[in-house]
Amino acid sequence: MSAKTLGPVRRKFAPWDDTSAVPLISIKNVSKQFGSFTAVDNVSLDIYEREFFALLGPSGCGKTTLMRMLAGFETPTSGSIMIGGEDLANTPPHKRPVNMMFQSYALFPHMTVEKNIAFGLEMDKLPKGEIASRVEEMLKLVKLESFAKRKPHQLSGGQRQRVALARSIAKRPKVLLLDEPLGALDKKLREETQFELLDLQMALGMTFVIVTHDQDEAMTMADRIAVMNHGKFVQISPPAELYEQPTSKYVADFIGDINLLEGRVEKSERGRTILDSEMTGTRIETVTDSSTGGSAIGMGDKAWYAVRPEKVSISLLPPNDPGVNTAIGTVWDIGYVGDISVYHVRLEGGGTMRASIANTRRVVERPITWEDKVFLTWAPDSGIVLTR
Amino acid sequence: MTSPTKNRPPSNKRWIVTAIPYVWMLFFFLVPFFIVLKISFSSSMIAQPPYVPVFDPFGDAWSETLEKLGTLTTDNYLRLVQDSIYVSSYLSSLWIAGSSTVMMLFLAYPIAYGMARAPKSWRATLVMLIILPFWTSFLIRVYAWISILSEEGLLNTLLTSFGLIDEPIQILSTNTAVYIGILYSYLPFMVLPLYSALEKMDDSLIEAAKDLGCTNIQAFWRVTFPLSIPGIIAGCFLVFIPAVGEFVIPDLLGGSETVMIGKTMWEEFFNNRDWPAASGVAIVLLVVLMIPIIIFQTSQARQQEAGR
Repeated sequence: MSAKTLGPVRRKFAPWDDTSAVPLISIKNVSKQFGSFTAVDNVSLDIYEREFFALLGPSGCGKTTLMRMLAGFETPTSGSIMIGGEDLANTPPHKRPVNMMFQSYALFPHMTVEKNIAFGLEMDKLPKGEIASRVEEMLKLVKLESFAKRKPHQLSGGQRQRVALARSIAKRPKVLLLDEPLGALDKKLREETQFELLDLQMALGMTFVIVTHDQDEAMTMADRIAVMNHGKFVQISPPAELYEQPTSKYVADFIGDINLLEGRVEKSERGRTILDSEMTGTRIETVTDSSTGGSAIGMGDKAWYAVRPEKVSISLLPPNDPGVNTAIGTVWDIGYVGDISVYHVRLEGGGTMRASIANTRRVVERPITWEDKVFLTWAPDSGIVLTR
Repeated sequence: MTSPTKNRPPSNKRWIVTAIPYVWMLFFFLVPFFIVLKISFSSSMIAQPPYVPVFDPFGDAWSETLEKLGTLTTDNYLRLVQDSIYVSSYLSSLWIAGSSTVMMLFLAYPIAYGMARAPKSWRATLVMLIILPFWTSFLIRVYAWISILSEEGLLNTLLTSFGLIDEPIQILSTNTAVYIGILYSYLPFMVLPLYSALEKMDDSLIEAAKDLGCTNIQAFWRVTFPLSIPGIIAGCFLVFIPAVGEFVIPDLLGGSETVMIGKTMWEEFFNNRDWPAASGVAIVLLVVLMIPIIIFQTSQARQQEAGR
């Protein structure tokens, strides 16, 4: 409910486009080497106050190492990390204005829920009365008031996750780091918790940096997502941009489902590119939008047309102009997922393409079935041209 | 879902499996215990066996058995209280065992901590090195200490050659030698439970403590140490209980000043051939040790109840 009302507020939030905005976290040319292995390779990144930032990538891509450098558990081999204008590269974890929520939750098994939450406050030597009221406030926030005296092993996974969250925000850090915070929860609980985390972040006005390998999680929650691979950022964009305007095949393929049609550039003018593709056996005409049109495309170069399955129409009848933006093939497989059906089509030019159709009606018989000859079509602005 | 084996009624021969440990305990603990208990109520006598009465469950008539029962006496126990040698032996044993347990804790904790923090690939080797002395007989290892600690021994020779001492110091046949012997012999029993408690601890707990504002030392005292308490308790009991009744170490390394209950019992048994008195000493020692064992058991049970 509250997530919906917060929607419009979020949409206006884009300090990264504002050149005068001062970042809260500033990572400059940071590298981290473990022996001869480079975990993080010369990355730079600005994160702004109140931002919900996600580091997304496959395991071993360096996202956790980068987060551990923010927390202070690893020191960068080179580069600087500034938080709130202070260089923290060599500051130990206990002196940083940053707290972390651990993937394993790392709750102290010998302490009650209450004591766990109070731990950081006690280390700060806050007055007893203030600690008690802050703990109570945190317990209320995560709806665990009646569990204050329990030990962690007497709680369910979801409850433990909340205690870990409460403990990490009790000190009101400038930045909260979350390492796969929902990884141990089941799917339903995970989806609920995503929105709870969002609401909480808005209510507290804190900056959240989350590490995850789950793209749904990142897409749902984050203001911006950094896709990492082999220790480098591949792309840093808001979720919609990442999905609709990936700048590389890697990102296009990593986020969601996509058809990549290989071809050679026949003509490339401002705002318009024509590819000749052997896979479809036709010409692909695209309207290139400004944000991806940056890199120049040379004539005769190899390029890929990337189009998402839900933007491809499938039909038994040929389109008006079958020579453009059309692929012809036979239905090889139909994947029924419930809300959508995915058609796998073997193209006459070789390769396969996928088209997905929303199942808006409870159809008993599908109009298109296995082995049918079908025409796949798409609008010129449905996909984008990628060169790498 | 339902497997045929699950639905089969429980076999009534299952008791055989559960009976084995009970039968074992009956024959190898309970029966010998009652024999010793009975001897402790008998009177010493120069005879074969060296005490009266001797029951014969097959030859004795009922009246004879009753008559013999009447001759049982509590004199041996009274003597334990009246003769100060026994009381001081018990107290001295408890003191030596207790103080060496505390010393052992300070010695073993850093070793176990270092082992638990060592790279994973080293840990198995380190555990192996701790267990390695068990490959040699305990007796031989204690004898080896005699040649190290004696006046012409390795230690004195080394100290003299470095010029640290002018003439050999007397270590062998003193309480110091007994402490060295106990510390050396029981070290693995303290290190291993501590190591297993420290090793299974999640590193992220320490990181979480640091993240929440602890320095390294604070993180140790607030997280590592409290979580290793079960290991400390286990290690202390594993050292303390056998050390109280230790006989070999005080006999071989200690001197006349070393009074330990194990030694007193041995003298009663072999030098004085007073089996009833020796049995009384053994029964009282058992009762004294039962108290910490029961405390240990209940704390273990509580640990298990708490889950992990």
